[in-house]
Amino acid sequence: MAKATVNSMRITSLQELENIRRQYEEKQKKYKYRVAVCSGTGCISSNCGEVKDALLEALKKKGLTEEVFVSCTGCIGLCSLGPLVAVYPEGVLYTKLTPAKVAEIVEAHLVNSEIKTEYTYYDVKKNIHIPRIGEIDFFKEQVRISLRNCGYIDCSSLEEYLAKDGYLGLARALLEMQPAEVVKAVKDSGLRGRGGAGFPTGVKWESTLNTPGKEKYFICNADEGIPGSYMDKALLEGDPHTIIEGMLIGAYAVGATKGYAYIRAEYPLAVDRLDAAINQARKAGLLGQNILGSRFDFDIEIRTGAGAFICGEETAMMQSIEGLRGEPRQKPPLPTESGLFGKPTVINNVETLASIPPILFNGPAWYSSFGTEDSKGTKVFSLSGSMVNNGLIEVPMGVTLRKILEDIGGGIKNNKAFKAAQTGGPSGGCITSEYLDTPLDFSSMQKIGTIMGSGDFVVMDEDTCMLDMVKYFMEFVQEESCGRCTSCRIGTKRMLEIIERITSGAGREGDIGLLEELGQTIQETSACGLGQTAPNSVLSTIRYFREEYNEHIRNKYCRGGVCTELSSFARAGKTEGQSCKVLPLTTKK
Amino acid sequence: MMLGEKKMSTMVKPCKCRTETKKELFYKISEIVDDYRGKEGSLIPILHIAQGIYGYLTPELLQFIAEKLNLPFSKVYGVATFYSYFTITPRGEYTIRVCLGTSCYLQGGKKVLAQLKKQLGIEIGETTPDGKYTLEVVRCIGECGMAPNISINNTSFTNVKPENIGEILKSLQH
Repeated sequence: MAKATVNSMRITSLQELENIRRQYEEKQKKYKYRVAVCSGTGCISSNCGEVKDALLEALKKKGLTEEVFVSCTGCIGLCSLGPLVAVYPEGVLYTKLTPAKVAEIVEAHLVNSEIKTEYTYYDVKKNIHIPRIGEIDFFKEQVRISLRNCGYIDCSSLEEYLAKDGYLGLARALLEMQPAEVVKAVKDSGLRGRGGAGFPTGVKWESTLNTPGKEKYFICNADEGIPGSYMDKALLEGDPHTIIEGMLIGAYAVGATKGYAYIRAEYPLAVDRLDAAINQARKAGLLGQNILGSRFDFDIEIRTGAGAFICGEETAMMQSIEGLRGEPRQKPPLPTESGLFGKPTVINNVETLASIPPILFNGPAWYSSFGTEDSKGTKVFSLSGSMVNNGLIEVPMGVTLRKILEDIGGGIKNNKAFKAAQTGGPSGGCITSEYLDTPLDFSSMQKIGTIMGSGDFVVMDEDTCMLDMVKYFMEFVQEESCGRCTSCRIGTKRMLEIIERITSGAGREGDIGLLEELGQTIQETSACGLGQTAPNSVLSTIRYFREEYNEHIRNKYCRGGVCTELSSFARAGKTEGQSCKVLPLTTKK
Repeated sequence: MMLGEKKMSTMVKPCKCRTETKKELFYKISEIVDDYRGKEGSLIPILHIAQGIYGYLTPELLQFIAEKLNLPFSKVYGVATFYSYFTITPRGEYTIRVCLGTSCYLQGGKKVLAQLKKQLGIEIGETTPDGKYTLEVVRCIGECGMAPNISINNTSFTNVKPENIGEILKSLQH
């Protein structure tokens, strides 16, 4: 039989898929090393391109090009230490690389089989280098299901994806199962939407499957607008085929023949990489007609956003795809009944879709063995803020904040004290040190006044002013409110004005009560999720940092030293003119 | 933050649309609209491409597109003014977007913005008199682990400090 490659033939059966996979694996056996160069946007901005060029040049000089496979991968995860390179089979992680360092690593590690320890990951808490990924605290606790290929496979290669069980989940669904069975598998897995709402994915699919209609749509929501989130970006850049496969499985399950991937305009590399992957999939017959020899047809069109946060809301997204202003629609009807162009539509988040192929391949029981009672599986978090290690992680649902903060994140930089972690962006709330042992799952986080959100996880230290942070969120909400509902449009403006007064030293008694009243009204009378959750950051900080509000209002004092019109010295009395005891801050900017 | 000047010039390409005549640009846009004719909901992709070709969306251009798509001008104008990526006023050769996502906001993004305002002598949303730079705010570009960040014509710069701004702007000229 002629050697099949993914470039030379359309894959029309499971057998052909497996042949290509086996042949590629055979071809890879000749390589002694795989060098994974992290090529996520973060490392690109840190000039990983120059590192890669230096690597290729050094390999050529040493005559190693037939022995060493260079893979440009998606995000390895330790974004604050890039450019990153991982060398396999040992799994050694080199950090903060330069072209000069790379040349030395080639000589030491690839020629002489000696790990160049001084350029490997350095654990600042333990004061030692820890070369192997599997032994680094940041990675040890992770279970990478959605991120399974990021940091290993070449993100521009379909063959690399196929070699890691790519499209076998689709083959199982399409060739061995009926749509209702696929829906049941996803229901049994317990997967809940990873975009923030946490709605059970299988239930959404079932509803769409059961809605009559020949024309249905399947949308990938890649409008990752919540500040602090970059999980979906990493998946689109690092493993675009997993999104395509997830959409294919979902479309088959619900009966959709056309898909859209709506990606925000702020992610041009994600658009490019997904576009390239879609073209590869089409050429290989994995998108289009009669996929894998079945009677199933499906194709995907990319649509980019244009800078409107509200278009991450599913009905606003559909408005945008229809070429309209992104104003949310009233629900009911739900999109599963009447969605895009009035047809039944599923909208799923990127991370949700990335979980689908392994669920179908490994089975729902495998997936539901991770996580907690009400939150199965794993969750990707994007860590940022004041931790030592910022970057992308994937952990089982139910991991505690303490584990993320202390073990994975490596604690707070510069020995500062932890103040709070913000999740859910402007729709979320904060988690204080009192709740460090709260499991991070949907219900536990709701109980403490925040939400899981899409996975943004911003850690704040003692120098953060919670009112300044809340002012930021209210400015954000004000900018992004579509303006349709009076309560959101004007209510959030009034809340912002009050916060601005407080942070400029003009706070008044009664402001806290007013914020709470406004907040409750906006929550109850807004039509969409943006408005309904807009007051959350304010209400959450009033709940946990009321004292800080009072200090700003009564004492004109900002303990973080951020609100420049307030004093960073505490005053004991309220009345002007009286002598007051001035207490210096122990930490001052 | 590492900066290679040679690398910068290949990464950040200034917009070249000003060398062609208005007629030529409208003709190009007309071809794009024809490509998209019949595709449902294609207004926003068309506006993206039209802005990429023409530089900004003038009322005249919007009227032209509305007529070609058989849509009311008010609808097209309403879409163009809803989304922050579309502009009906000219932008500079380089659009500098300062990220003020949560992490960048907390990690010094405001200081970077203040420095840019000072150095360029303009406010958010404005363009320098020489037509070189437009300053905007974006929330966020998704590189929160390396805050604070900025993006210039869709190329991002991470770990930006106020004292680096001069160097970054200078390297755009090569």
